[in-house]
Amino acid sequence: MAPDPGDLAIIGAGPAGMSAALEAAGLGLSVTVIDEQPAPGGQVFRAVEAAAADPALTGEYAKEGAALARRFRAMPGLDYRPSTTLWHTDLETGTLSLRGPDGGATLRAQRILLATGAQERPVPIPGWTLPGVMSAGAAQILLKQAGAVPKGRTVLAGQGPLLWLLAVQLFRAGAPPALLLETSARGALGGAMRAGGLWNGRAMLAKGGLMMLEARRAGMKVVRGTRGLRAEGDGALRGVSWEGGSTECATLLLHEGVIPSTHIARAMGLDHHWDAAQLCWRPALDEWGASSHDRVAVAGDGGGIGGWQAAAQTGALAALDTAHRLGRIGAAERDRRAAGHRHLLASALALRPFLDRLYAPAPDVLAPRDDTTVVCRCEEITAGQVRQAARLGATGPNQAKAYLRAGMGPCQGRMCGTTVAALIAETRGLSMEEAGALRPRAPYKPITVGELAEL
Amino acid sequence: MNRPGAQNSFDAIVIGGGLVGAAIAYGLQREGLATLLLDEGDIAFRASRGNFGLVWVQSKGLGAPHYQRWTRGSAEEWPKLAQELAAATGIDTGLHQPGGVHICLGEEEFEQRGDYMARLQREAGNLGLEYRMIRGAEARDMLPGLGPDVAGLSWTPYDGHASPLYLLRALHAGFTGAGGTYQPNARVAGAACAPHDFRIDAAGASFRAPRVVLAAGLGNADLAPRFGLSTPVRPQRGQILVTERTQTVLPMPTTTVRQTDEGSLMLGDSKEEVGFDLGQTPEAMKMIANRAVRSFPWIAGLNIVRAWSALRVMAPDGLPIYDQSRRYPGAFTANCHSGVTLAGTHANRLAPMIAAGELEPEMAPFSAERFDVRTAA
Amino acid sequence: MFAQRPEIRPATVEVLVAGQPVRVPEGATAAAAVLLAGLPAIRDTPVTGSPRLPYCMMGICFDCLAEIDGVANRQSCTVAVHPGMRIEPQRGARLAFREENAAHGA
Repeated sequence: MAPDPGDLAIIGAGPAGMSAALEAAGLGLSVTVIDEQPAPGGQVFRAVEAAAADPALTGEYAKEGAALARRFRAMPGLDYRPSTTLWHTDLETGTLSLRGPDGGATLRAQRILLATGAQERPVPIPGWTLPGVMSAGAAQILLKQAGAVPKGRTVLAGQGPLLWLLAVQLFRAGAPPALLLETSARGALGGAMRAGGLWNGRAMLAKGGLMMLEARRAGMKVVRGTRGLRAEGDGALRGVSWEGGSTECATLLLHEGVIPSTHIARAMGLDHHWDAAQLCWRPALDEWGASSHDRVAVAGDGGGIGGWQAAAQTGALAALDTAHRLGRIGAAERDRRAAGHRHLLASALALRPFLDRLYAPAPDVLAPRDDTTVVCRCEEITAGQVRQAARLGATGPNQAKAYLRAGMGPCQGRMCGTTVAALIAETRGLSMEEAGALRPRAPYKPITVGELAEL
Repeated sequence: MNRPGAQNSFDAIVIGGGLVGAAIAYGLQREGLATLLLDEGDIAFRASRGNFGLVWVQSKGLGAPHYQRWTRGSAEEWPKLAQELAAATGIDTGLHQPGGVHICLGEEEFEQRGDYMARLQREAGNLGLEYRMIRGAEARDMLPGLGPDVAGLSWTPYDGHASPLYLLRALHAGFTGAGGTYQPNARVAGAACAPHDFRIDAAGASFRAPRVVLAAGLGNADLAPRFGLSTPVRPQRGQILVTERTQTVLPMPTTTVRQTDEGSLMLGDSKEEVGFDLGQTPEAMKMIANRAVRSFPWIAGLNIVRAWSALRVMAPDGLPIYDQSRRYPGAFTANCHSGVTLAGTHANRLAPMIAAGELEPEMAPFSAERFDVRTAA
Repeated sequence: MFAQRPEIRPATVEVLVAGQPVRVPEGATAAAAVLLAGLPAIRDTPVTGSPRLPYCMMGICFDCLAEIDGVANRQSCTVAVHPGMRIEPQRGARLAFREENAAHGA
């Protein structure tokens, strides 16, 4: 066990983690940042140091993203550990078990900040395991990380701002998608308008509008109100079909928004609640990001989806609260320093109610209608099997896991946990809270038996 | 909800839907008793989900010949149970009984094991116990890639393994398929007892039956006194590691490493006295990994994809408790930490006794009266 | 299948994908190299043998498992390429061990 606990251990070097590290280190706290990626940026600013010059990736990524990474790199005294995963936490002693490029290590910290970000919401449609079907975020990561673009006819399917951004980026990179199959419900816009926030969020809204315009001008066709998506093919993707249409394609990119990545927060046993607006679980947090455990805070999209600007502010707020809890600054000082961040946070979140309403996923994204749909990609368990387990007596995803092995593969339920719960909720007439969530266990990420034996 | 009536009257109520309760409920329903199985919800402690999956004879019952016989009997009943469940539910419980080994690291362990097996054989009496202590090249032919620290093995032909999860699902499916009533999210809220007449309140309803079986694992400690029974069980934590799937490599299970039908290697296990704490500790995980790597050095390269901890249901002497209430005849209890091994006897021998209304004399040594100071003295 | 844009990100790192040399940009992951090489699958599942390619590219889905430099079942979307890296598809369940290793070990 490491002898002297540091002040703050941050898990994740995306916008929330980097901002928190800058704020905390600026206040004189000793800070360690653990990140799975080889370079800072998180998913949104992935590989920003290497790719900021790519003309396909202009805008916030190249400007604000690169600037944040530069400041993070330049901050003296930060213990930054890239290519490192956290696989176990002892919350009582604040001991973190890590696996890095040089093997296992442990670290102690007085406070732990989870800045683990978001993952894309799984989009379980028939055929989504076929080679050639990917998440839209995956294609964007390939562009950022390797400058790579899909070859051949590309179709986007789903909804959300990321799809439009990706369409524009692929167009600028010389590989415009042919078609967007948008799944937003007809009339969603009217409902979303009533959610408000349009005036305060007008800058973001305008940016979104310009993106849509650019993508349309580039020749991308849009089919609205798409239902019943299926990836077609045998052993490889051949095309995509939907109610009332079909088309051939080489690549199908799916997206239904992003959800908090709660795997570690869940494994730690933090309280969570079901966010009915964003249709996802999020940890229960106070206004500083403090969780139900007094050693742990959560910042950024891992605490609820707000986008990178909001993430940067919640990261800073959690850092201020840490400094206060460790006795470095008084409450008044903390609150004074927080004011600017709170203001920026409010404007970053202004458009959120509108976006949440506009892009609320259809019920069959959460609980696929077609019983043949593979739900658990690792163990290849279908929606029909989960419904059958629910009828047999599984009242939640943990019992379904025991019955079926759904959630028992290498991804440990990151992809299927919520879908399984939604199928059980639907079959047994339960709410998502009643169905509950998987309780993941350590190791959060695989570690070899040998590495464990040599700790 | 609280409608007394025919639909809430049963021949038997089993409290606890884990492996022990489900096996007994399945057995009772198969005997023709209309049975209600009351279970907890999705996050019950549920030791069954943490079971290692051995159908194991060679480490059971030293100093307790009745337990050795009961365990051997269960290993004998298992094939019948597995076939019956497969036929009724289509679920393969993954039973294999190719014999099994205990791996001894170092000479001292090997000698101690030899003594242990010899004593177990003596205690087996007329039942007999076939076993062998195996060394060197022969051991290395039996199991691939044994490490240099392995001094030898003890082997018996009775041992085997099965999938605890598929067994649980098959028992539930077999039980409901035979007409049994399964009620999840039904923690016991109240009970009223009279001889051969029990009322159980759970899930907002009341249920009646002339027989009740307490199979609620650690929950039995609190439930039992209400039924004139005593089950002084405590939790003992066990942690287990599970690797990624590999191609089939192990021809038989060992006490601490077994390969599942899916190909994963399960590595066990720790014995920790930590109360109801379900936490995992790197120290125990390291200890398990260490023993596995010393047994089979090639395991070091495999990824651990899952690990878990679960709470064993432990009596003070580590043996099962089976009992019947003297005060309220018709009330029974079953407690053990071998829900897989003993599924055969639970379904095929214990359930018929409960159906008949009384435990047979061979079960007397399992009574909790053995913990009663006055009786013992 | 994915295409490179060498005018933007020069392909400077040579790796072997299923035995074939492929040049990819620095910073690319092994998963990206497989997509750029155009392999029809990066793995066959151990459950049904169905072919897969990387799905999420962010360490969530584990569909990018591959054998990298002789180590089976690596999450290839989290492993950056280095010159000479050998990337092989993961065919079903991995081998637990090879007999010749046992001879050395025991």
